[in-house]
Amino acid sequence: MSTMTESPKTDSDDQSGVVALQRSWWERNGRTASVWGARVLLLVGVVAVWQLAAGTVFDPSFTSRPSDIWGRLVDWNADGTLWLHSWITLQEIVYGYALGSAGGALFGFVLATLPTVYRVMDPFIMALYSIPKVALAPLFIVWFGIEMDMKILLAAVTVFFLVFLNTAAGVREVDRGLIDAVRLMGGGRRDIALKVMLPASMTGMLTGLKVAIPYALIGAVIGELVASNRGLGYLISNSAATFDTAGVFATLVVLSVIAAILNFLVGLLDHRVSRWKPAEAKA
Amino acid sequence: MSSLLDVRGLTKQFVKDDTGVVALRDFDLQVEKGSFVTVLGRSGCGKSTALNLLSGLIQPTSGTVAYRGETVTGPRTEISYLTQSDTLMPWRDVRRNIEMPMEISGVGAEERRGRALELVERVGLTGFERHYPRELSGGMRRRVSLARMLAGNPETLLMDEPFGALDAQLRMDLQAELLRLWQDSGQTVVFVTHDIEEALLLGDRIVVLGLRGRCILDRELDLARPRDPDELRVDPSFVALHREMTEALRKGAR
Repeated sequence: MSTMTESPKTDSDDQSGVVALQRSWWERNGRTASVWGARVLLLVGVVAVWQLAAGTVFDPSFTSRPSDIWGRLVDWNADGTLWLHSWITLQEIVYGYALGSAGGALFGFVLATLPTVYRVMDPFIMALYSIPKVALAPLFIVWFGIEMDMKILLAAVTVFFLVFLNTAAGVREVDRGLIDAVRLMGGGRRDIALKVMLPASMTGMLTGLKVAIPYALIGAVIGELVASNRGLGYLISNSAATFDTAGVFATLVVLSVIAAILNFLVGLLDHRVSRWKPAEAKA
Repeated sequence: MSSLLDVRGLTKQFVKDDTGVVALRDFDLQVEKGSFVTVLGRSGCGKSTALNLLSGLIQPTSGTVAYRGETVTGPRTEISYLTQSDTLMPWRDVRRNIEMPMEISGVGAEERRGRALELVERVGLTGFERHYPRELSGGMRRRVSLARMLAGNPETLLMDEPFGALDAQLRMDLQAELLRLWQDSGQTVVFVTHDIEEALLLGDRIVVLGLRGRCILDRELDLARPRDPDELRVDPSFVALHREMTEALRKGAR
């Protein structure tokens, strides 16, 4: 990309090896700007091809077309459908995610600090983890009915295992030397847990939190697809049942936007917590 | 009068599958208060195991370690231990790493901060208080470790090849710095190394270990302080000592 023309100032502090650079806006942001430019271009291109191909190459009753989807979003916005169903699904995602990740993080942390207990539980946890969570939906309907509770729990169960496994892995991979260092300082189990295990498990926990976001969405939407009369999952199945592909795609767009926003929020948290990590590990 | 650190008949056996591997057998060592003892031995002679036992991190299979007449059963805050590898917390910056021993012993935040900054200055890292370990060079990380060790205000320092991974020039700098920090502090040091020159340059007394911690040689070093590495290297008594140590190490391998 852009070649860096570094012009070190001579009056800077030679000892620290820190040199002030005078870089133009393009040198500083050129790479990011071109990546974003390419992204926008790609999106516009795909939408344009879709719009043109629908009706000429594809049958629009199967693929719909971007203008119809946009029109549907505008209509739904006007009559409140969009916000009613999005709000329901969003609540399910957030509650499910919060419940699952809190449980997963706590359980993962505590269990991983008890190695023997962990070894005993490990095969059972893996067995439960391997159950397709969709298969739990009918059981949850029996237990909790078809209201929001069932979707929240379905999302929570999915999230729980991901956060649990990643947090536990983080705790179990803690450098033995760091624990010994705290012991040498006269630290007890509590110090080890709080000053070594907890920060060390953050990396794993954040990985878990990050990968779990789409799964919270999946859990909630699958719950709605299986049985409900409200929410984005219901909107999809209802639109599909009436052969309204524009409605299906419009709902998918909304789901993507929700996922993107949630990912962004966790990204912020990640950035704050892992400042100490090497640059290559952050990517 | 008994020694500050009194090690008797120390044996450590590690279990691997159905066999026991003896790392250290009947190791004896007495260290007087305020002395600087260097323990010289080749890799795998049980030096690190001996220090791990002395620090209380691991328990001996048999034998005892006594500190001030008390048997050591676990880590003690009077004894500080600088290991071969860096054990700085990667998520703490330099200042907060140095503060850590004080944090655990319950020193107030204000005082902690002041003392940490003072130590940062003493090890020559002013300006790097806010850097994370990964942003520092190997030598700087060693300095932070050194400062963190001193932050606990220990009476006795155990050091396990602390400068082993550094280049020769940096090693010399840090050796000089260690001597500077140690002088007049009244602290007792047990310094383990495989480098003859380092052992001679630093110690008041040198103990040469053979296989499994067999003591081959134990003698006082009468080289005058302060010692200048460049002059010392051509000093006839140093050369004679160096030869003696080389011979002892060779004997120890058999």
